[in-house]
Amino acid sequence: MVNNRARHLDRIFSALGDPTRRAILARLERKDGLSVSALAEPFAIKLPAVMKHLDVLSEAGLIRRSKTGRTVTVEISPDPLRGAMDWLHRYERFWSGRLDRLAAYAEKKERETRGKGG
Amino acid sequence: MTAATLVRRIAARRAIVFDAFVTPEGLTSWWGPEDIPILSATADVRVGGHFKVRFKTLDGLEHECTGQFLEIVTPERIVMSWRWSEGGEPEEQGAVSRVELHLRAIDTGTELTLIHAALRNETSAHSHEWGWDGALKKLIRNFAAN
Repeated sequence: MVNNRARHLDRIFSALGDPTRRAILARLERKDGLSVSALAEPFAIKLPAVMKHLDVLSEAGLIRRSKTGRTVTVEISPDPLRGAMDWLHRYERFWSGRLDRLAAYAEKKERETRGKGG
Repeated sequence: MTAATLVRRIAARRAIVFDAFVTPEGLTSWWGPEDIPILSATADVRVGGHFKVRFKTLDGLEHECTGQFLEIVTPERIVMSWRWSEGGEPEEQGAVSRVELHLRAIDTGTELTLIHAALRNETSAHSHEWGWDGALKKLIRNFAAN
């Protein structure tokens, strides 16, 4: 199950790796609950291509689609994004103090070396 | 960029910063946490060589991270794989991530950029294309604020 989580994270990051998909998310962020055709409107690509992007986003759990009659509505799903952000914050925290100390150590070394005329 | 990205400007030459990152003496001095000596550090600094750092956190738990050097360009760049072989983040047991260190010479010394990326199965070229644009950052910030 641990690997499932890691795989899921991969899917999220890989889904976010495409500019069109990020633009779709950004559009949903401004106006959630759009129909697929309304969502696709500002994009230069054809509807089937938009549908493919929506499939990827949906598989990554970043959006939800629901059908009412003949209209498919797309909604953003924030939890997986939070998961991805948690991962990033964890490592930002992990490295932040360490890099500060590394900087202090390297600067001390630099001064010592210069002091010796090296 | 993509993953956790940290930048530091350091008043030291690149060679010194580079060594601080890969020599046992260097690692021991900064890995920490504060005032806690690390238990062991080894680094076989060549492509394919392994590193291993074993340390304790303030709660007394022991952790070990290991990995392999994937790229080494002295004193500019290090790319390595990364995983927790003991302890660490419970949800990341067995997951391999990737750490890149870039050192750029600047007037005052060195600009260090560290990128820790979650991507495990992507090629390096692809991971560079990622770039999170402003819209996405804003999007995520909004969610984080909720």
